[in-house]
Amino acid sequence: MSWVNAVIQGVLTGAFYALFACGLSLLFGVMGIINLAHGDLAVIGGYVAVALIPVTHVPVVWSFAIVVPIFAVGGYVLQRTLLQASLDRGPFTTLLVTFGLSVVAENALLEVFTSNSQSLNIGNLITYSFSINSQITISYFSVVVLALAVAVLGALQLFLSRSRTGRLIRAVADDREAAQLVGANHRHVFGVAAAIAFSTVALAGLAYAMSSQIAPTTGTGTLLSAFEAVVIGGIGSVWGTLVGGVVLGVAQQIGAQINPAYQILAGHLVFLAVLALRPQGLFGTRARA
Amino acid sequence: MSEPSQADVVSGGGAAPGALLEVEHLVVHHGQLRALNDVSVSLRAGETLAIIGANGAGKSTLLRTIAGLHRPTSGRILLDGVDLSHSPPEQRLRRGIALVPEGRRLFPSLTVEENLLVGAYRARPGPFVPDRIYELFEWMRTRRKQRAAELSGGEQQAVAIGRALVANPRVLLLDELSLGLAPLVVQRIYGVLPELLSAGITILLVEQDVAQATRVAARVQCLLEGRTTLEGRPGEFSAEQIETAYFGMSGTSAVGAGAPALEE
Amino acid sequence: MSTTTPPIAATRTAEARVTRSAQPSGWLLPVAAGAIVLLAFMPSLLSQGDLSTMMNAFILLTMAVMWNLLAGYAGMVSIGQQAFIGLGAEGVLAMAQHGLNPVASIPLAAIATAAIALPVSLLVFRLRGGYFAIATWVVADTAELVVSSISSLGSGTGSPVPGLSGLSAKSFGDITYWAALAVALVALGMAYLLLRSRLGLVLAAVRDDEVGARSAGARVMAARRIVFAVAALGCGAAGALLAVSQLNVQPSSVFSVQWSAEMIFVTLIGGIGTLEGPIIGTILFFVLEQSLAQHGALYLIVLGSVAVVVAIWAPRGIWGTIASKLRFRLFPVGYWLWAQGAVRGREAGSVQARLAGRRRRRPEDPPA
Repeated sequence: MSWVNAVIQGVLTGAFYALFACGLSLLFGVMGIINLAHGDLAVIGGYVAVALIPVTHVPVVWSFAIVVPIFAVGGYVLQRTLLQASLDRGPFTTLLVTFGLSVVAENALLEVFTSNSQSLNIGNLITYSFSINSQITISYFSVVVLALAVAVLGALQLFLSRSRTGRLIRAVADDREAAQLVGANHRHVFGVAAAIAFSTVALAGLAYAMSSQIAPTTGTGTLLSAFEAVVIGGIGSVWGTLVGGVVLGVAQQIGAQINPAYQILAGHLVFLAVLALRPQGLFGTRARA
Repeated sequence: MSEPSQADVVSGGGAAPGALLEVEHLVVHHGQLRALNDVSVSLRAGETLAIIGANGAGKSTLLRTIAGLHRPTSGRILLDGVDLSHSPPEQRLRRGIALVPEGRRLFPSLTVEENLLVGAYRARPGPFVPDRIYELFEWMRTRRKQRAAELSGGEQQAVAIGRALVANPRVLLLDELSLGLAPLVVQRIYGVLPELLSAGITILLVEQDVAQATRVAARVQCLLEGRTTLEGRPGEFSAEQIETAYFGMSGTSAVGAGAPALEE
Repeated sequence: MSTTTPPIAATRTAEARVTRSAQPSGWLLPVAAGAIVLLAFMPSLLSQGDLSTMMNAFILLTMAVMWNLLAGYAGMVSIGQQAFIGLGAEGVLAMAQHGLNPVASIPLAAIATAAIALPVSLLVFRLRGGYFAIATWVVADTAELVVSSISSLGSGTGSPVPGLSGLSAKSFGDITYWAALAVALVALGMAYLLLRSRLGLVLAAVRDDEVGARSAGARVMAARRIVFAVAALGCGAAGALLAVSQLNVQPSSVFSVQWSAEMIFVTLIGGIGTLEGPIIGTILFFVLEQSLAQHGALYLIVLGSVAVVVAIWAPRGIWGTIASKLRFRLFPVGYWLWAQGAVRGREAGSVQARLAGRRRRRPEDPPA
């Protein structure tokens, strides 16, 4: 029965990964940016909350109300300045720039916050859980995260498919020049997409910081997991990212059941297997490598 | 630097005052290649002008520059007297210049309806809404939920025209409508032009097919290697004159007129 | 031998001539030989501390040369070279534990690493661009996790390298220095010869137009695989040197992504796509590290920030910018195309165009 527990926990952690990954997927799908700093952005979100909460006296659980808008604006600005300049320069430049930003961010966090891990204390909320039977215990918080992930992804999917701006984002992603001809300022559209992506990663980072520990170097691991979730699920599909996250989470939990040290490794192996056998992922649509 | 030897510019009528679209002495470079060499175009409201010429003559470049996708080296573009030479494409659309680009360039992952809706993103007030487009092309109404990538070439061309129309432009730029399409389909596409004209739209079109161009346009202008070689009403010129203007000397390019001017 | 072949007179025909961008200059060889001799005699001139710094410089230089080969010439941006660094280090550890002399096992470990790289390439070559990059990172992480689970290699906490305890501190320092110097010279030499060979021509053609190159018969996949293996060889040797010089192999250290950060930043700043670039970048790195040594991770922040700025606004790096003005090459690997009466040659297939200098299509660029 502990295997069932492993699967259930895997689904729950998968929701985490999906939340991390949807911003990554959006940035790549729309702008073609591989954001190697994505994991670090999540960690920064957690640290911003850690720094601001004592100042603003907002209950920790409501920290997203402060952090998410900051990230949305920050994302728009970063996209219009640095990232757009990298995009204009060449195909590999964003890769190198986001990698550079990742290194700078991690080391800057190290300088400011030291290497001690921190977490956002939401008190007893994190400990509430319910048991299905003697072997399966599910924390309410992780269910909330699952609901949050589904809600965010659903909202994103609706936004992209139904709204005027979402349609424009898809159009710009399809053909930037043709979008200019219908009057779209692609730089602004990219900025909006970045703002959305950054908002989701802030949410993910906050959720992570509440349920676990963050340290300056935590970003690397989360980046790889997010990326693996996107590739497993398939590039270009919003729901594919959720499925990919869940597959990854389950694989990791099953690996952990075999041997706790194999958790991350199991995820890597599943990723490499998907790469070998079905590179476009489970629901992959556009080949945009 | 070689100058192409060519027929003298044959002009059947000069630029009229009060023109809606004025392109003055346009010089456009692609890197070191001079694609347009002192080209001027004058378009009066309500008329149809066809730009003809062989491949590489600079026709598409002309339209793209008017639409704002290329920045000219020198020259001016005026719409109703307003200088748009330095405006980005978005602004030109708002002023009333819409381009149907070469190769259709629909948004492949969007449906027909979505393509039209996106086209209306910066629409000016006017009669053309998606519903009106469905009246122009009746088949579109039932197929409007289909993804644009799944349509045939002719259908895509119709959607592309529709996408430009819903912005309610004053000047519609049509780039090589007949490219890759069967003659019957081309006829049908061009068949909607009269209705556009009666709605008050001025049309500037680019066509390689001279016969097609002379059928639909009140005036033609021929480009050869970036220069205007002929301009006026189709009826004014003999077939031989048009041929000379189109190709250069006696139907083939003279030696030395082959390579476009390369600049160091 | 002249430094450059003189330009042909301007003609009106379409005749074109292709020559190497420069024959090795008459004075280059003696100067290089002199520099090598000088470096070889450093142990008698420098203190142990400085010698150790120079040795670390040679290790980083080797890595940077290899990354430059991958990314700057073959167009494969990897952030996972630390996989091969770590494997090289662990290889030395394993061999030393079995009684082999650690210094002697450096080339063996390097070759073993290159052998591992071949099947890895079968996997990661399925992706391109940014996804290839992250896949290499996953491979590195996987390698670290696998190695950490092997108890004979000390599991996660690392293991000392046996076999060199008999040496005096001075001898140890000298030997490791010479080993590092040798590896760096071999790395540079291999890169230089590779690029001047037929393989280099294939790479240059692929950079400009992959489809065209394939249809002209270039075996693109094979070329890429060879470069990938050579880069693994070089990084494996660098990792082996680390193991020998530090006498301890800790997986989290030898498989750290920081190695990628350093080799990438150093190459970018020095000048990607030029052989001289990594040299300049490495020198700059150590100057920076020495002057910021007491400020912890600050040198990485500075290095990273400079690399970001360089990548966007000065993508040719230091050497690239200088060289394009002077048309001078220390390591000539390009080609001049003399055609159509042009009195200046153009360096055909220069990586600058692809990776660095060419901007994305702007309004005034030709349509697709």
